Amino acid sequence: MTIDHDLRLLLGGVLVLLLVASMVGEILRRRVTSDGGRATVANLVARINAWWVMVVVFAAALVLGPTGTVVLYAILSFLALREFITLTPTGRGDHATLFWSFFVVLPLQYVLVGYRWYGLFAILIPVYAFLFVPTRSALAGDTTSFLERVAKIQWGLMIAVYCLSHAPALLMLPVAGDAAGGAKLLLFLVLVVQLSDVFQYVWGKLLGRHKIAPGVSPNKTVEGFVGGVATATAIGAGLWWATPFTPLQAAGFALAICLFGFAGGLVASAIKRDRGVKDFGSLLAGHGGILDRVDSLCFAAPLFFHLVRFTFGDGPDLSR
Amino acid sequence: MKAGLIERLMARAVAGLVWLLTGATARWQGVAPDGRQRVYFANHASHLDFVVLWSALPPSVRAATRPVAGADYWNRDALRRFLAGRVFRAVLIERRSGGAPTRDEILASARAAVAATAAALDDGSSIILFPEGTRGPGGMPQPFKSGLFHLCCERSGLELVPVWLDNLNRVLPKGEFLPVPLSATATFGAPLRLEPGEERDAFLERMRAALVALWSDRPRSDSAETR
Repeated sequence: MTIDHDLRLLLGGVLVLLLVASMVGEILRRRVTSDGGRATVANLVARINAWWVMVVVFAAALVLGPTGTVVLYAILSFLALREFITLTPTGRGDHATLFWSFFVVLPLQYVLVGYRWYGLFAILIPVYAFLFVPTRSALAGDTTSFLERVAKIQWGLMIAVYCLSHAPALLMLPVAGDAAGGAKLLLFLVLVVQLSDVFQYVWGKLLGRHKIAPGVSPNKTVEGFVGGVATATAIGAGLWWATPFTPLQAAGFALAICLFGFAGGLVASAIKRDRGVKDFGSLLAGHGGILDRVDSLCFAAPLFFHLVRFTFGDGPDLSR
Repeated sequence: MKAGLIERLMARAVAGLVWLLTGATARWQGVAPDGRQRVYFANHASHLDFVVLWSALPPSVRAATRPVAGADYWNRDALRRFLAGRVFRAVLIERRSGGAPTRDEILASARAAVAATAAALDDGSSIILFPEGTRGPGGMPQPFKSGLFHLCCERSGLELVPVWLDNLNRVLPKGEFLPVPLSATATFGAPLRLEPGEERDAFLERMRAALVALWSDRPRSDSAETR
């Protein structure tokens, strides 16, 4: 992939941000004295360290080009779907269905992204997998909680595979006169959605008083939500130069990303609460599982993809 | 018996493959993963059970730990014979399944199994065994066979560690050929011993209860089926 000046600047900015975060973590670690504070800072440092790993992996994939990015997201989908299905009771009759979901539907979806076949990419899971899943489970003959089991597999495929695949699909959107345009749109999306999460956490820890949905997640507060969304929207607006947008348009897109990202986190919390767990997994120290990290991206990616497609993307690549 | 390069590479490859498929997470709840001689006993619902338990052990402990497995399954072809004999260094025991064995035949094969396992312990190895004797449907373990009890009578002071294997009945259930990737965990409980004068049935039930107690989200009241 062409790594142009803008991309280098964006990645450099992320590095500086992480360095600052690591230094703040170190300072906090020396300052805190209370036990509760120490636990919070330890979690913060673990989160920042995991961010280093995530940024290095993400940047490496971006440098390797579209194929690298598509493969990275395919792996993320695989791990996210594994976490989702692990937490979701399915029955003996779903074994073959799950095998198809993991080893046929998931790779096929990303092959379609790689080959830029928009027409099939957009309907493979909502139409064909949607109809295939109940058929295969019905053929296995087990009707116990049939609708429930089938719906859970469909949900896993939609969230962990279909929705998430819209992030690398941004690479197939042609941006007028800019070969690295898709990559920068992807970086814009990931930066805004993750910074929105980070700043909702930071503002919530600093000022959080009023819980938004106490029955679902005790960590989501009005103060954190407003502060996080406002901060991430402002940062998104400030990144307009890397996108085909004007500053005002960039702010609008960033706001939409933040709102849908929040919705994703909220829904993921509701699922976890229902299953009686705090995290989807334990792969990322301090964060939980992959799905805990990408839940907001899963909701924001399809929205951002289509918003951009409707407004800025109508090139030859999307004719199929 | 010192494992050669190929055997060690195969061992790494199998452990790596299982990690890819399941994450094979170990939770050391009641014991530390040190090299003490132990008998690990676990619930059994999948062919992958002992590989996951074995992969969850640190490599140094793994090298000194041998699974007890059914000879009828692992002697069936050359690949399985190689894996069982050279890579896992399994203690293979004869199981009486076909036909209608007489009482004497059952007793003789049980004695031989206990003797083979005790011999492996005498070599200093730790042991992985599945006291249910065969794979179940998943969920609550079936009643334990008496081998564990007789082994403890033969070799006093054995440290018995219960290991709850979660989710493997979903990764590769009995009767399926293709595995599905799901996170699996092995939870290691606190060590137990045969108490002096303890009766067979009471001991086996105590071991089974200790194993089930490690199943953190076991169904408290209703259906065990959908787990």
